[in-house]
Amino acid sequence: MKKIVSLLSIIAFVSMFMLMACSSESATGTESNSDSTDQTDNNNTDTDNQEADANEPEEIIEIDWYYPIAVGGPLTQVIEKMADDFHADFPNIKVNPIYTGSYDETMTRTQTAVQGNNAPELAVLLSTELYTLLDMDAIIPLDELIEDNGGEEFINDFFPAFLENAQTGGSTYGIPFQRSTIVLYYNKEAFEEAGLDPEKGPENWDELVAYAEKLTQTDGNGNVERWGVEIPTSGFPYWLFQGFALQNGKNLMSDDGKEVYFDTPENVEALQLWLDLAHEYNVMPQDVIDWATVPSDFIEEKTAMIYHTTGNLTNIRNNAGFEFGVSFMPGNKQYGSPTGGGNFYIFKDVPEEKQQAAWEFVKWVSEPERAAQWSIDTGYVAVRESAYETELMAAYVEDFPQAAVARDQLEFASAELSTHQNGRVYKAINDNLQAAVVGQKTPEEALKDAQEEADRILAPFN
Amino acid sequence: MRKKWRSNQLKVNIYAWLLLLPSFIFLFLFTYLPIFQTLSLSFYRADLSIAEPIFTGLENFRLLMEDKVFWKVMTNNAIFALGTIPLSVGIGLIMALMVNRAIRGIGWVRTFFFYPVVIPMIAIANIWLFIYTPSYGLINQVLGFLQLPDINWLGSTSTVMIAMIIMVVWKEAGFFMIFYLAGLQNISKELSESAKIDGASSLMIFRKITFPLLMPTTLFVLIIAVTNSFKLVDHLVIMTQGGPNNASNLLLYYIYETAFSYWDQGYAATLTVVLLVMMLVFAVWQFFGLDRKIHYS
Repeated sequence: MKKIVSLLSIIAFVSMFMLMACSSESATGTESNSDSTDQTDNNNTDTDNQEADANEPEEIIEIDWYYPIAVGGPLTQVIEKMADDFHADFPNIKVNPIYTGSYDETMTRTQTAVQGNNAPELAVLLSTELYTLLDMDAIIPLDELIEDNGGEEFINDFFPAFLENAQTGGSTYGIPFQRSTIVLYYNKEAFEEAGLDPEKGPENWDELVAYAEKLTQTDGNGNVERWGVEIPTSGFPYWLFQGFALQNGKNLMSDDGKEVYFDTPENVEALQLWLDLAHEYNVMPQDVIDWATVPSDFIEEKTAMIYHTTGNLTNIRNNAGFEFGVSFMPGNKQYGSPTGGGNFYIFKDVPEEKQQAAWEFVKWVSEPERAAQWSIDTGYVAVRESAYETELMAAYVEDFPQAAVARDQLEFASAELSTHQNGRVYKAINDNLQAAVVGQKTPEEALKDAQEEADRILAPFN
Repeated sequence: MRKKWRSNQLKVNIYAWLLLLPSFIFLFLFTYLPIFQTLSLSFYRADLSIAEPIFTGLENFRLLMEDKVFWKVMTNNAIFALGTIPLSVGIGLIMALMVNRAIRGIGWVRTFFFYPVVIPMIAIANIWLFIYTPSYGLINQVLGFLQLPDINWLGSTSTVMIAMIIMVVWKEAGFFMIFYLAGLQNISKELSESAKIDGASSLMIFRKITFPLLMPTTLFVLIIAVTNSFKLVDHLVIMTQGGPNNASNLLLYYIYETAFSYWDQGYAATLTVVLLVMMLVFAVWQFFGLDRKIHYS
């Protein structure tokens, strides 16, 4: 009997220990948060007086910032430095940057945190997540904060094309941070060889076809050695397609994210152009072209022109062994490109002074000088007009004029496809675009199917 | 006397249960509880269009029947399993037989065979992405050298599944080789030696002695192979995102998309239940069906 008692106590001890280990493990994830809630409690006594806080280090407001990295380069260091510099300027606020993987992973992590009542104060997420975040009731409108800090003048300095995805129903919910568009990269040396003007890319669809035909090279057996053009169609073909839809008329969705316009005759014409490039003119590879390998194809001179994000500018600049040019996406009825990339969002279920602190950081990061530096470090488009007036940016653009093309194109750019139930709507259009590209459906069928599917998905919101 | 024996027996039982208790706590918290929660969530509509989940009974399962993508991923998963399991297990066995001998440098050969196993799937997917790349990818360079036309392996609906299967067999075979190698080392050499003296050919020895004695290993390897064919989806994230038009999409990746891209928790739970039931059926069949036909020495 004695034995059993002692055994019981050992087991009780062991299982308690294990439970403790387990609970402390789950606590590490939330550690910073529980810490900060403690501090918030302390802070409640004298929140508004930030000057006083500055003198008392224990009153520091800590905020968590989830950020993804979607382009190459040692950006974690850049971000860490940003947080340190901010702390130097605002000793009473400490920003904890938390690297959370890709955009998708960051969204997953944010969603999990929000559901666990453990939301971060600040996160950079895709601009197109706006409606999803609103449907989750996760984020706050920034109107009052903007009102208190420069109002119209502040917000209107951001490029309107970037704000489109950040505003809905008269409110602003996001502040643009790392934003991109699609541009056309072309091989200047190949242009010269083909007798084309290396200083300018094709300006419209007809020129695109004509140039691509001249640029396509085949060997003696008829095998293609260099393609004229490549338009990536893996993963998120809707983004590329949106550019063509914009050039041929209008954007793919309504401003309130409740309607999509996939099966218009203009869009059918645009999709037909994709198929013709591959099947009729034989200037583009057939079937799906992988997003990730397209820049390598360009660098390896397997294709003379590519459509890709401005985010790849630095990569191509560093690796291309030839002179290359950057131009607008060729227009048809007009120029057009969708924007892309991520915005800052501030979260709902956190104390107000932390939201205020997060806003302080967002404002600080968005200052023209910093927006310019971030653009130079990453290849993203600087999000404010005044960023291009800084000496820093002026010198950079002078040295590397390709960097200004994306900015100039912003005049013709529009919001990236973003609706309620975004993920499902993407699936509907992506699958059908690919079905057309691989020849399973005609452009009319594909876009009609995509439209029907999307209408069904959006029905609960209308 | 009898009473004493009983109380002893009781003591032993309590002792055993108490020792098992900590594992049960964990098993319950991290395996059974989530399974029950998933099961109950599968009867709810829980997506972004509504604030609070609504109980809808079997509605999600009815939607499942009508969901074309669901049937597509089920078919794909069946093809994927049939393509990868026999090949990777077979090649694993052949490799094990080849390296189960004492010759110089065999350690190196074993390392080379095993090496794909230790590379993370994400890294493998990135390497193979470029092996399959049109024009200058490794395979297409070889095809070009042989004057054969270029193939867009991952971009075409007809080749993408074969491309995935080849890659996964390459990764998995080495893993199974290790199990077979361990199994082979456990078989007493005297058996094959005496069979040789009786004049049996090596094929005969393999069929009548080695292979039957390896059956416990084969059962184990088969279980791993079947579960892996449903578990391995990391490469899809890198290589095709399930495309073109779902031609390479698999059940687990579809669950991931539903849960973390569409944020449709209810439907994702329903899909998970399907996966769970299928795995359960496989496990029961393998343990209670196949197990009986196997001789454990």
